Amino acid sequence: MDINALLMDESDNVATCVEMVPKGGRIVWQKGHETCSLTAEEDIPYCHKAALEDLALGAEVRKYGEMIGRTNVPIARGHLVNHENIYSVPRDYDREMLREGGTEQ
Amino acid sequence: MKFWGYKRAEGRAGIRNHILILPTCACGSESSRIVASQVRGAVNIVFNTGCSDVAANTALSQKVLTGFACNPNVYGVVIIGLGCETVPHNVLREKIQKMTSKPVVSFGIQEEGGTLKTIEKAVRAARTMAAEAARQQKELCDISELLLGIECGGSDATSGIASNPAVGELSDLLVDLGASTIMSESIEWIGGEHVLAKRAATPEIHNQIIQVCRDYEEHLKAAGQDCRAGQPTPGNKAGGLSTLDEKSLGCIRKGGTRPIVQVLAQAERPTEHGAIVMDTAGYDISSVTSMVAGGCNAVIFTTGRGTPTGNAIVPVLKVTANAHTYQWMEDNMDVDLSGIVQGSITIPEAGKLLLDEVGEVCSGKLTKAEAYGFSDVAVDHVCRFV
Repeated sequence: MDINALLMDESDNVATCVEMVPKGGRIVWQKGHETCSLTAEEDIPYCHKAALEDLALGAEVRKYGEMIGRTNVPIARGHLVNHENIYSVPRDYDREMLREGGTEQ
Repeated sequence: MKFWGYKRAEGRAGIRNHILILPTCACGSESSRIVASQVRGAVNIVFNTGCSDVAANTALSQKVLTGFACNPNVYGVVIIGLGCETVPHNVLREKIQKMTSKPVVSFGIQEEGGTLKTIEKAVRAARTMAAEAARQQKELCDISELLLGIECGGSDATSGIASNPAVGELSDLLVDLGASTIMSESIEWIGGEHVLAKRAATPEIHNQIIQVCRDYEEHLKAAGQDCRAGQPTPGNKAGGLSTLDEKSLGCIRKGGTRPIVQVLAQAERPTEHGAIVMDTAGYDISSVTSMVAGGCNAVIFTTGRGTPTGNAIVPVLKVTANAHTYQWMEDNMDVDLSGIVQGSITIPEAGKLLLDEVGEVCSGKLTKAEAYGFSDVAVDHVCRFV
């Protein structure tokens, strides 16, 4: 089966669809040498993300092996993950600076 | 891994052997262009500054000019000045001569008695240098001598998920082989700076990365610009980017994953080997200008929408994962990575493909922008002209 989604890192819980996947269609991605798939529970537009697992309210959304935001509603597996249901966690530069000894402030 | 390059008396090997016709200021640019057009093997720079500048701008433009002259791809330098610019040709020449033993000569248009007399002398000097440069034989150099600049411009949704990660793989492969890479465009780290900082080799480097972002944001704020306002843009959101973190992560992936060993100011030459970052504008031509001044031999440039830009001193290699862009703008695109999006190649495989291509370019293969003789330069400005 041809893939139609990219998993940027094996620890990610979203995949990016590289073609539009209509509701009921299969989302297919490669995880290492393994081919994985799930059913799209709604339309996933080109270059948009689908949840690969059930994401609870406030769960970390991971892409590129990093947190890209947290959910502001629960998102079920196979659903669209976008700017409407995730948000960037506020940070500030002061907090990101390391003190002597290497711990965050 | 080896490439055929030009050994230099000091520092890294060159992958080209250009005679650089270098204006001290905007007023020397047109004469430089004519001189370069008369001599095979010569390239010229069009410079938009060098005069009527505040000290901070002059400091940066001098770093760019001396950096260009010292770039290992340059065999020798012919400087063309005017006579009333901020830093005259003889002063620039002496500065460069303290930094490198390569041949450097200079002329001033007012001193020589006008354009034609200057061009005559400069063409003769460039011709002599080109004849000598042509005698230099290429030698087998280890890939660890390479300093590769990493850039993106005209990005689209494929950049962050395909071409940037593939270039990140390339960067990791090169660093593992002992080579060095520079990722720049610090404004595009903002939102992902905490992730980039995690790659820092030391706590000092971690804090330097955060500080660069803080300073950039404050600099723009002073000019009335909030760089976070409306980020990601409505267009980004429609294209699938949900948070600023996600957008910045797509940008910084092109720098790979290896520990960051140095944070450079604009146009500064690295002293460390490995994965390096440079604080430059997000404006691609300005960022490439600064990395070339920092001594990069070549620049790999990811794009989604397609862009033609090149640099006179170093080859700029264009890669895209957008199949339409590759086909539609094939005259400007060097490598087609659309196989990543189509699932026919993996990102690690694309990284290896890019490594082979970079090896070819190092050994002499012309990139498209290079074959056209493109020479785009933009020197960043700290302040208005005076």
